[in-house]
Amino acid sequence: MSTRPRSQSHRIPGRGLIDRTKPLRFQFDGRSYEGFAGDTLASALLANGVRLMGRSFKYHRPRGVLTAGSEEPNALVTVLEDGQHTPNIRATMQELYAGLNARSQNRWPSLGFDAMAVNDYASPFLSAGFYYKTFMWPRAFWERLYEPVIRRAAGLGALSGVADTAVYEKAFAHCDLLVIGAGPSGLIAALSAGRAGADVILVEEDRRLGGRLLADQPLIDGKSGVAWAEGIAEELASLPNVRVMTRTTVTGAYDGGTYGALERVGLHLAPRAELPRECFWRITARRTVLSAGALERPIAHPDNDRPGVMLASGLRAYVARWGVNPGPVVVFSTNDSGLEAARALTRMGVEVAAYVDPRAVPVVEEFPVYAKAQVVGTQGRLGLKTAAIQHAGGISQVDARVLALAGGWNPSVHLACHMNGRPAWSEKIAGFVPVADMVPGMAAAGAASGVFSTAGCLADGLKAARAALDDLGIAAPDVPLPLAEDAPYAIAPLWAVDAGGRAWLDFANDVTTKDVALAAQEGFASVEHMKRYTTQGMAPDQGKSSNVGALAVLAEASGQSIPATGTTTFRPPFVPVSIAALGAGGRGEGFAPRRLLTSDAQSRAMGAPMIEAGLWYRPSYYPREGEADWRAACDREVQMVRKYVGITEVGTLGKIDVQGTDTARFLDFVYSNMMSTLKVGRARYGLMLREDGFVMDDGTCARMSDTHYVVTTTTAAAGLVMRHMEFAHQAFCANLNVRFTSVTETWAQFAIAGPRAAEVLATVCEAPELPFMGCAELEIGGIAGRIFRISFSGEMGYEVAVPTRYGADLFAHLVRAAEALGGGAYGMEALNVLRIEKGFLTHAELDGRVTAEDIGLGRMVSAKKDCIGKGASQRPELVAAGRAQLVGLLPVDPAHEISAGAHLYASDAKPLRENGQGYVTSVGPSPTLGQWIGLGFVVNGRKRHGEVLRLYDGLRGRDVPVQLVDPVFYDPEGGRMRG
Amino acid sequence: MRIDCPYCGARDLREYTYGGAAAYLQRPEAEAEAAADDAAWDAYLHLRDNPAGRTRDLWFHEPCATWLEVERDTVSHEIFATRALAGVRT
Repeated sequence: MSTRPRSQSHRIPGRGLIDRTKPLRFQFDGRSYEGFAGDTLASALLANGVRLMGRSFKYHRPRGVLTAGSEEPNALVTVLEDGQHTPNIRATMQELYAGLNARSQNRWPSLGFDAMAVNDYASPFLSAGFYYKTFMWPRAFWERLYEPVIRRAAGLGALSGVADTAVYEKAFAHCDLLVIGAGPSGLIAALSAGRAGADVILVEEDRRLGGRLLADQPLIDGKSGVAWAEGIAEELASLPNVRVMTRTTVTGAYDGGTYGALERVGLHLAPRAELPRECFWRITARRTVLSAGALERPIAHPDNDRPGVMLASGLRAYVARWGVNPGPVVVFSTNDSGLEAARALTRMGVEVAAYVDPRAVPVVEEFPVYAKAQVVGTQGRLGLKTAAIQHAGGISQVDARVLALAGGWNPSVHLACHMNGRPAWSEKIAGFVPVADMVPGMAAAGAASGVFSTAGCLADGLKAARAALDDLGIAAPDVPLPLAEDAPYAIAPLWAVDAGGRAWLDFANDVTTKDVALAAQEGFASVEHMKRYTTQGMAPDQGKSSNVGALAVLAEASGQSIPATGTTTFRPPFVPVSIAALGAGGRGEGFAPRRLLTSDAQSRAMGAPMIEAGLWYRPSYYPREGEADWRAACDREVQMVRKYVGITEVGTLGKIDVQGTDTARFLDFVYSNMMSTLKVGRARYGLMLREDGFVMDDGTCARMSDTHYVVTTTTAAAGLVMRHMEFAHQAFCANLNVRFTSVTETWAQFAIAGPRAAEVLATVCEAPELPFMGCAELEIGGIAGRIFRISFSGEMGYEVAVPTRYGADLFAHLVRAAEALGGGAYGMEALNVLRIEKGFLTHAELDGRVTAEDIGLGRMVSAKKDCIGKGASQRPELVAAGRAQLVGLLPVDPAHEISAGAHLYASDAKPLRENGQGYVTSVGPSPTLGQWIGLGFVVNGRKRHGEVLRLYDGLRGRDVPVQLVDPVFYDPEGGRMRG
Repeated sequence: MRIDCPYCGARDLREYTYGGAAAYLQRPEAEAEAAADDAAWDAYLHLRDNPAGRTRDLWFHEPCATWLEVERDTVSHEIFATRALAGVRT
């Protein structure tokens, strides 16, 4: 393995937009080379005489670079950095940096000798549909044998298997005018709108502005196109209302003028820890100019895929922009731009060995011209050696290192098609062009709309900018039209050379003209069928260089015109987008926001494991020394509350502040029971129905004054209830004077539960004598707070609330005070057991399928007034007998454990769906009763207390008899909490 | 998709919560006859058109807590008009 840099043997002295004062060493397949700052990996390899850059997907054919842009189908490499592999990097996009280490793909053991190239010899058998036809039987072989083998043989690069730790970003931007592509049309459009004062975003995929001006270098206003573009770039940079985004590709067009764009921030540059790799932008534009240019297409002729075969436009870029002379060159062209390319190459000192054109072009040029001729074959196993040219005098073999194909231009209509618009076929340019309003607010300009001369592009760009500014109501400035070449463009399309042998259409997926013809012959004559049958256009390049050619071949094979054959659907993204960029920020803790209680740090310090409740983190239990597991802690905490006093933070409950002179009337409408009769200073349990008659949520309403209520919701339903109240108000009674404010985060609230609750309370405030379900505003430790005498444990209890910033202090104080009385903090496990013992409900029971009657609260739907859900709750099915009703569940053997989610059957019935009698919603180990207890729903359950059913949990292998009992296991009269 | 909020201007879809068809605004009268009532409630709760084209539905703009009725096209995604259910408060 050599480490000596190879000389840049194919550089043209003095030419190119590269910095020759900055040589850069890099590696490709373990060999060391040198290039210059400003190179891409592709241009640097070509400068070193390297044409072989990859192996094809299916046949493992040796391949070189075809293009100089993001549409590259062949030169896909893996870039290695610090143990990280990034596969399928297009060598044309990879900017050269010192130490770049790239590796070719899809070959073994080496790029020069690839064992799987045997596929190429088997190609007569590997035609389109081969897999579908061959690996049909025996059926069982597909998963175990065929698919693994095929997957290993085909495919592109591989991932390293190491997690990607790089940072990705997402960002949002808004503008008046989005200009996509900074060629001549885009530059002048952005300049015009920028001078008009509009907010402009100019997005360019390349690292520098200019587009084809950088490769073709026409004169504009008497100076080089490169210098003209630099001048515009400087002015744009000076305008504060213009944002220029280079190295950014617009990937998709969406509703409402929204565009996705992928910015390569650190990607393709030397690794820098402070830079994110990519940033995914969502840009919202009032108007858009699509000046994305056009993509040249190859010509399908036999063996048109050898390393050294490239597009004329790509070759021009390598010569003019990167000072590479990979020649001598044979140019095979069907149009005037190919002829102009041959002339330009000659001017730049590249030897044009032959110009081949099927048209009757004049033969007086500075290079040999073969008119009415075509290339019918090539030779050279790992790189082009000769091209066979068929002309009037026979077939000539011409030596060449490069074959430049110029099959015409396809306007980049992709983005215009993303909202299902169909482009129109233009006979004049033999290509698809955008039509008006394919994407609302977007207009195509320049080569993207089928205008190919520099002067035409500039005029079109100005026109598009003026139209956009008119729409926006902004006066367009008088930007003079620069002078530039205005050469006409004539083309006599030649899609495929009919000379036997294999002629490639889709290089990335190894699809030949024969495959497309076979598809048509076998009945896959619709373009969408052909695409799926042959896989044409389904590789990472999405068929950018092959779609129109394949369509033309299909049209011919099926005897239809091209416009009648149609075009495939272009979908986002325009270039591959990493999932990491789309999901930027969403990994690990970034996946969802974390909502923390004010006691969070103290609970963690006390060793409490946290459980997630929606976005909230709540303490599960507070372990003490000598406690073996959660169960021991839970038992102790439950008994502590029953005997002494416990403290827990209940701030996750939704709290809505409802105020206004009509508050009471409004609450009567959204709650099933009466809230208007509530006295000031009192709270009431409330049930809220959905309009379909089922229970939506429960909670308490506390009346702080005539016109001021504080209502609570369950943790999970806080947002839902807020939306629901706003809807009920705005949709049905907007005339009522009432307003809602979510104050969930405003108040820290703690439950003090247990026989000694009042003693703990007395340590923080002078509480008034509150009756059960009383509430008051008062000072707690000198802070304006609130107190509610409510209980979710069944014991004498209070909930105290203070502004959130005092929550941590209050929690610490309450826990200390409770501990002094034999109590302490309790967590969710104990809270759950306490409420099951009392038959109190959570969303485990209120699962959206139960009515008020089902849970035994039918009397809470007031007969005296209308409310949301009342009408529908009277529907026959909801009041019919045979509905499942809330019951308590006790294992017949107190040693048996039961589980939520289990189903209930008659003792002698098989556990089958049709025998179902009910199901279990909540369970817990009750230290009070000394056994597991549960809540559930059973058909006609309220009348069946005492019956024994079979509890079956197939998941956990549990099958135990349980007795149906009243759902209130503990203190059914409620004497303990009423006090 | 971007929806015009009368208070906040054009805002991205992500700020909105979908609230179902605008038919949801035609709540049956509370005091109707029982039999007619069942049919009316059934229609109100369950029977919805599923048009390919113009439709009217409800959206909640979370940041300003405004419920909107939006007239839009389910095929082209064009939005024709939006209005606040409660009218615009000034």
